[in-house]
Amino acid sequence: MAHHADIHIHHMSRVEGHGDIHARIREGAIEEIKFSVVEAPRFFEVFLKGKHYAEAVHIVSRICGVCAVSHRLAGLKAAENAFGVKVSRQTERLRRLALNGEILCSHILHLYFLCTPDYLGVSSVFPLAESDPETLKRAIRLKRLGYEICAVTAGRHTHPTGMETGGFSFVHSEKALQDLKKQLEDAIEDIEAAVEFFRLVTLPSFERETEYVSLKNQDRYAFYDGRLYSSDDVSALSIQYRDLIKEYTVSHSNARHARWRRPEYMTGALARLNNNQEQISLLGRGAMSALNLNTPLHNPFLNIYAQIVECAHCVQSSIELIDKILDNGIRKSDELTVFQPRKGRGVGAIEAPRGLLLHDFEYDGDGICTDVNLVIPTAQNMANLEADMREYATEIIDQSESEIARRLQMLARAYDPCISCSVH
Amino acid sequence: MVIKNFSSKPRAAFFDFACCEGCQLTVLQLDDRLLELMAHVEIIEWRQVMSGRGDKYDIAFCEGGVVRNEDVDRIRSIRDRTDILAALGSCASIACHNSLRNEWNVEYAIKHVYGENAGDFDLIPVRPISEVVEVDYQATGCPVSLKEFVTVFEHILTGKIYRPPNDPVCRECKQNDYVCVYEKGRICLGPVTRCGCGAACVAHGDACHGCRGLVDDANTDAVFKALEPKSRHTIMEQMVRKNRLTETDLMKKLSIYDPPKKPENGKE
Repeated sequence: MAHHADIHIHHMSRVEGHGDIHARIREGAIEEIKFSVVEAPRFFEVFLKGKHYAEAVHIVSRICGVCAVSHRLAGLKAAENAFGVKVSRQTERLRRLALNGEILCSHILHLYFLCTPDYLGVSSVFPLAESDPETLKRAIRLKRLGYEICAVTAGRHTHPTGMETGGFSFVHSEKALQDLKKQLEDAIEDIEAAVEFFRLVTLPSFERETEYVSLKNQDRYAFYDGRLYSSDDVSALSIQYRDLIKEYTVSHSNARHARWRRPEYMTGALARLNNNQEQISLLGRGAMSALNLNTPLHNPFLNIYAQIVECAHCVQSSIELIDKILDNGIRKSDELTVFQPRKGRGVGAIEAPRGLLLHDFEYDGDGICTDVNLVIPTAQNMANLEADMREYATEIIDQSESEIARRLQMLARAYDPCISCSVH
Repeated sequence: MVIKNFSSKPRAAFFDFACCEGCQLTVLQLDDRLLELMAHVEIIEWRQVMSGRGDKYDIAFCEGGVVRNEDVDRIRSIRDRTDILAALGSCASIACHNSLRNEWNVEYAIKHVYGENAGDFDLIPVRPISEVVEVDYQATGCPVSLKEFVTVFEHILTGKIYRPPNDPVCRECKQNDYVCVYEKGRICLGPVTRCGCGAACVAHGDACHGCRGLVDDANTDAVFKALEPKSRHTIMEQMVRKNRLTETDLMKKLSIYDPPKKPENGKE
């Protein structure tokens, strides 16, 4: 029993980026608990100033290798909103498809490669090549499908090459989209097997209700567009975010924390599912019932299950998107909208795999960036993660010091932190 | 440069410094082939995808750039503990866009991002790891080219020196029959950028942004000259007028990935 312990986990493993966990336990009580983002800051918000908008969208995808498409899309939307550009319906659908691909890819990477070892008691997913090759092959197939969607729609996954302000710089191939649809249909079996695989995993039971923040859209599950929404029943246009979401610096972390209604909130797959369960597709619904999920969900470990539901949703939604695109036929003239840059401010809001992502840009009359603010999902989650860690550690205080350390890492991992992003 | 013939299965590790981790993710995209490669090495440390730490390594792949004093200590410690060090991607080998921060005052940058209560980040001018320690192998690119990573990997395992291709991206455009970006009236860094990516950006209608760095002895003057209004190339002339480009603009574009090396930032 950890009556008196100092837990220090340096550069925790199986996450994107560098983060440390510190916990001080005295007389059986948590005295202090922190998640320190020690990742090196890169200062995108500084060096993007003075850059031409076209260069800026090229650079922003380099904020993150895992969610490069999301960053590119948020940057594009910021510029388009500022310049008053309306992209074609075809472009919008292809972008939704690209985002589905990235979300599928990122979730599968997190579920199998980063989380699964926790629940199988191994150090990485690689031993599965011997012990359970089918599962590993399935994980690889699903991850590759995500890459494939991005390759067909955006050139590649890391870093997309064909996405421009106003649309795309290349003409999409109908044949490639047809092939992709076939792959997606074949993947339904893999998705069902993945749901079954994770259904048999025992997630820790822990609940702490919090504020859940995501985009919300009446018409469809909000990945690509929607209004800002807090489960405390507030909604707003993304351009208003500064009046609502307060970012602040903390001394122990290189990522800025954020709050909205409460001192902390959660964003990401679990928040999205809690806020948008009505818009989830049939395949996603099937996954929800197989996993016995009834929203609202208050266990942060269930973020893992919410990600599986979203994978199922992405596969079905991608098939439907391809059908719509092919029904209309790819029109070359719809690939790129012509426009002139103008002075103004634009906010691009996207649901990245890990949650709400905001790119806020101001431009001068020549389209040169004069001010930039980037609000990153993992950074927004930090205060909530620390609140969860505190309450969870209190619940498991009777465990040994090493067990507490292990479980705190599992909790942090369940959030799927993308730490490079959070510092940017 | 360390060249080694391995008598037993070499112990390999992956590390990252300031970067987006996109190069490691690209390596993970090898999927089945990654498992094949792993049959030839024992991976003992790879924080992104596995728990556990190593002490000594035969091969260390490093992604990212050096931006703080602690990064210098860390890369030196890795250098001391590994026989072979391979720089993965442009941040590690040529600096990449991380170094755009060097154009700004550090105190201003910190205050702008973190406000008045900002802590001390112990920042130093951004450098690729190749400028801080000796690097035995390097593969540039943002992200690294998968094909080149496999080639470098094979060269390491078979004890061969790796010499990156030294032709411009134009060669790959010609091989693939891609329409020249200049013909479309856009600026492209293909003529001075090291090939090896299969002209990935041009393939999707984008221009080359120079992410793989300059070829040796790149004739940047010729690119500048081609952009001068008095140049005889009418397409260029129109483009320069349309985009109001100057030599400084092009220099800026060239410096996103491969900034001019300053003598005070030299190797230590």
